[in-house]
Formats: sequence, structure tokens, C-alpha cells
Amino acid sequence: MSDAPSATALTEAPADPSKGSLRILQLYPREMNIYGDYGNVLVLKRRLAWRGYGAEILEHNTGDEFPDDVDLIVGGGGQDSGQVVIQDDLQAIAPRLRGLAEDGTPMLLICGLYQLFGNAFHTHDGTVIPGIGVLDLETRGGTERLIGNVVATSEEFGEIHGYENHSGQTFLGNGLKPLATVVKGAGNNAQEKHEGARYRNIVASYLHGSLLPKNPAIADFLLRTAAERKFGAFDDGGVDDSLADLARRHAGARPR
Amino acid sequence: MNPLPVLVGKAVRIASRLRGGGSAFPGLVVERLDPGFMGRALSTLPHGVVVVSGTNGKTTTTKMVVELLEGQGLKVFTNRTGSNFTRGVAASLLGDVDWRGRLDADVAVLELDEAHAVHFVKLVPPRYSLLLNVLRDQLDRFGEIDATTRLLERIALATTGTVVLNREDPRVAGLAASIPSARVAYFGLDASLRSTFPNDDELRGAKGTAPASALPADVVLRSVDGNAASFEVDGAITHTDLRLRGVYNIFNAAAALAAARAVLDGTADTARLFSSLAAVEPAFGRGESLVVDGQALELVLVKNPSGFRLGLKSFDAAGCATMVAINDNYADGRDMSWLWDVDFDSLGLGGVDMVSGVRAYDMALRLTYDDVRVGAVEPDITAALQQFIRGSEGRPKRIFCTYTAMLAVRRELSKITKVEVVS
Repeated sequence: MSDAPSATALTEAPADPSKGSLRILQLYPREMNIYGDYGNVLVLKRRLAWRGYGAEILEHNTGDEFPDDVDLIVGGGGQDSGQVVIQDDLQAIAPRLRGLAEDGTPMLLICGLYQLFGNAFHTHDGTVIPGIGVLDLETRGGTERLIGNVVATSEEFGEIHGYENHSGQTFLGNGLKPLATVVKGAGNNAQEKHEGARYRNIVASYLHGSLLPKNPAIADFLLRTAAERKFGAFDDGGVDDSLADLARRHAGARPR
Repeated sequence: MNPLPVLVGKAVRIASRLRGGGSAFPGLVVERLDPGFMGRALSTLPHGVVVVSGTNGKTTTTKMVVELLEGQGLKVFTNRTGSNFTRGVAASLLGDVDWRGRLDADVAVLELDEAHAVHFVKLVPPRYSLLLNVLRDQLDRFGEIDATTRLLERIALATTGTVVLNREDPRVAGLAASIPSARVAYFGLDASLRSTFPNDDELRGAKGTAPASALPADVVLRSVDGNAASFEVDGAITHTDLRLRGVYNIFNAAAALAAARAVLDGTADTARLFSSLAAVEPAFGRGESLVVDGQALELVLVKNPSGFRLGLKSFDAAGCATMVAINDNYADGRDMSWLWDVDFDSLGLGGVDMVSGVRAYDMALRLTYDDVRVGAVEPDITAALQQFIRGSEGRPKRIFCTYTAMLAVRRELSKITKVEVVS
């Protein structure tokens, strides 16, 4: 539908005109935004603004034409029914997403879209929902729901704090690295102590909505990668993360 | 019938009250001794049982339905202690039945938690049910919002008379399709108000908000202006002032009117319904107004993004000292992600004077990302409240709080001021 282009609802010009703007695309904000995923977009936008950069927030909804010149992609979680609604559109834009991923575009994929960026979702009743094969992983629907606070450690990002709520259990292919090792919580599945996946400049995780606010190291990885690809450099100074540190410390002390 | 279980239950109830203990324990005792007690006590009521459920607004709506029916001369039994599960209902019943286990009432209006309602309706099929909404609340208990919808469906399926549904909530309105025999009645909103009540799929701005539903509604909220509202019933519009505050409470008033009308089945005195409605006071912690240091202090319970958004929209921040207290105990929901789907811009001008609760730093971080000034962060609610009251002398105060934070705030406030006591 060419009459329904992606919205450019939130555009913030750079505070420092020499610094330029990044174009951030949120995938399916209506169906795949059930656990505060917009928070991840907001964190990216504000951390850019605090450093003098501009941000243009684009949305891709079903039926929209996929926009050009995307610097960073954010995908969230949703109901199982939401995944069914977006399935055909996601397959239609899959070649673009695969191209961008292979080219090194930074992406954050949470929960539902983490699953659908894999090879397939085998639901509990035996149906196979095809993924788009960006990430070499498979997900199987389980009877047990994995819910609760999570603490995980990663060499790249340090300690990662968040909250998981999923019934799908994800198993990574041989070539794919997990994002982190779980210290508290379940992570990808009930058998292994792995959480999320890392591939090229993609960070994928089951930790929903609150991932980036309390994990600014991941936010800055995505921003740095996008800025360096676009501008050749990233000025990452001037952000006070002391509240995030305190929020992390308190979250880490909470029961599962 | 053996009266012993009732007598034992009553004795346990008196004993546990003397100890200041939990309200549900006597219910457990009588359930064990006499599993048929509740069903028997509730099965003989001439107007049957009304179950009120949904994720948001149960307590206030139940209170409204009770007062509307009492205003029509009915004797109403309800679970006022807020024990909104089966055992809590049994405990409340013990206080009201005679020694033979008989309840002297015309109708029972019961607030039931979504999950416990499923258990309850198996024991006592309700004649009426009022299903308010399915908002993103307690997903750490139910997993998915669609799973919560299925719980409400079970209540609807067990209802023998009329199911009253919110036509503006697509998940609730959608239940009509699966109800085989009961009558269905709707309450709804005027199209002009539709964007004020985004459902969970519409949290990314009013831009995508669907228009008001075209389903025929028994009661429609036509307009809201502060504490005044107009409702359309039977083609006639009634304007009324309300003591209830908050647009969400006023929408729930439409729900309560529709439920009361269903119970009264064409015999309602409409003028009297509205005079009863105008007199309803807010329930425990739901927009309650207290007085501290000669200044108004309002408690606004917030549990999920839609509720918090409506709370911010309902109460003007101008000139008011603001505190936010966020806990993540089991009764609050452990997941803090929802704070990121609330838009805090309306607090931007005055800022937030105090942020407290177990997850105070998550909340302060959230406000910072909306460029809202945070005066102080103190996770300990007692210390925070003292500091907040000292620092906001001469100004009206408002505290947004999650459920267990609200209990803690009330406990502290009761040491300073007179706080309404709910039996």
C-alpha cells in the first residue's frame, strides 16, 4: 500500500547541526509492542539527543512500504495472536531485512520478533510458523511459561538485567553465539543457561521492554555501530548513567 | 443441615478479627469443613449473583453496582473487604449469614479476580456478569493478555442471565460471539471520548485509535467535564455531578449503570439510579482524597500503562506536589516494563518531588527519559512520605502508587491523619 508510508511521527533535529540524525525503525509497533518495547526506542532517541545527535523514528506496520535508508531497527514482543497478524507482511519484507542484517545494520530484536527472525517456530500443537531465517535458531512452543526477573552475564556487555515472559523455547544453531549466560532466570530455554543471541550487529533477547533502559551498554553498542556506519565516528560522552546503575542494582536483588 | 461449620467459621472469624489477622482465613476453615457452604448460601437469593471482573476498576465498579441496587431498595451482599477470591467471599459470607448459614439478602454483587472467578463460577453460576476490560496487567501471572481474555470467557459462559460487556474493548466485546445462551448487554463510549481510553493495542498514540464501536449499548458515556458527566440511557441524556474522580471511574459508572439495569430488568427508577450514582464515594485508594496539614492529599492507584495514563490525564498536575511509589511485590506485578508504555510528559512542568518504593530507581530512570525533573529518590516509603510532606507544605499533594505501595502509604498516613477505614 503505497498510500500508507511509514510514519515519521517523532523527528528530533540534532542539537549540534554538525552531528546529523539517525533513522530508527520500529517494526510493527501496534502488534509487537506489548511489553513496553517502545521504551527501547525512547532510550535510543534520548541518548542520541543528549549527545547532540538527531533521531528520526520510523514505524513499519503491516501493509506499509519498507522505508529506505534505515540506520537501526528495533523489533519487540507481542501476543501469539499478534505474531499471526504480522506473519505475511514480515515474509514480504524479509529480503530487505536479510540484506540489512548481512550488511551490518544494527538491530535489537526482543521476544516475539527474536523468535520470528529465526528459522521456524514449532507451536505446541504441531504447526510450523516459518521465520525469516536471519538468525540460525529454532523455537518450540512449550507448556511451561518462563516468567520472571533475569540476570545474565556477557563478555561484551557485562551484567544484563531484565524480565522474561515467554512460552517459546529457543535453541541456537551451531554457528550462533548466545548474547549472555544466565545467572538468574531461564533465558532461551529451560535446558541451557543461555540468553538471547548475537549475530553481526544484531542483539536478540527474551528480556522485554526494560532491556535498554537498564542496560545502557547495549543501547550504546547499537548507537555507536549505527553512527560509525553513517558518520564514521560516534561521540558517546556526556550521559549520566548513575540512575540506571542504581536501578540495575535493585533489580538484581529482587526475587525471580 | 449441620450448623456446626458455620458456627466454627463465625468463631474463627471473630477470633482472627480480634487478632487483627487476615480476612480470608475463616473462609478457608468453612470451605474445608463444609465445601457446599458458599453455594448454598448464595443459591437462594431472589435476584441471584452478580460477578464483576476484568483487569481494572473492579473495586470501584462493584461499589457502584452495590450502591445503585441499594438505592432501588434491594438488600445487597458484597465482599467489601477486597478479598476478591473465593475464600474471601466465603469469609465475608460468614459475617452475614445466620447460624443456619442463611443469607438475608436480595442479591449478591461480588468482585472477583479474573483467575479466581473461574473457580468461583464453577461452584456458583452467576445470574449476571459484568466484564470491564482486559488491560495489560499482571502478565507475570497470566502470561499473555489473550490468556486473561480466556479467563473472562469462562465467566461469561457460566452466566445464566445477562452478560454485560464493554463494547469499546475489542477483547471483551469479542466474547459475545462465544456466549451461547445468556443475554448480552453493552456499555460504551461516545465517539468523541474513544481516544481518551486507548486499549492495549493502541498505546502508541491516539493516531491509531479505532472509532467507538457501533454495537448497540444499553448505557453510553456521552461526555465528561471534570467531575461532571452525561450518560445516555434509553435515548435520554442525563447530566450528573459525581464525587468519583478520574475519567476511568466515570466510564466504569456506565458499566455499573448497565449492570444494575440488567439486574432490575426494566423496573429501574432511572432518576434514582443517577442520584445514587452521584453520591458514590471513591473506594479504598482509588482517587481517595485525604487531608494532611490542611491540604488535600490524593491517592491514585496505578497498576498498568492504561491505568497510569488515565490517572495522569484525570488529575491536573498544576500546583500540586507529586510523589510516585512503585513496588514490585507479587500483588503489584513483578514486571516493571509497563512503566515504559506510560507517557509522563504531563508531569514535565512541575516535575515529581519524590519517587519511592522498591523500584524507585526504575521509576526515576523512566522519568528522566521523559525529561521530567525528579526532586528526590527514597526507596523507603516511610522516610519518603515524611520527606515529601515536609517538603510540600502549603501545597495540595498527589501520590501515584502501586497496590502494595498504596497499602504502605495509607498505613503511614493513618499515623498522621484520619484515613477512611474499610471494614
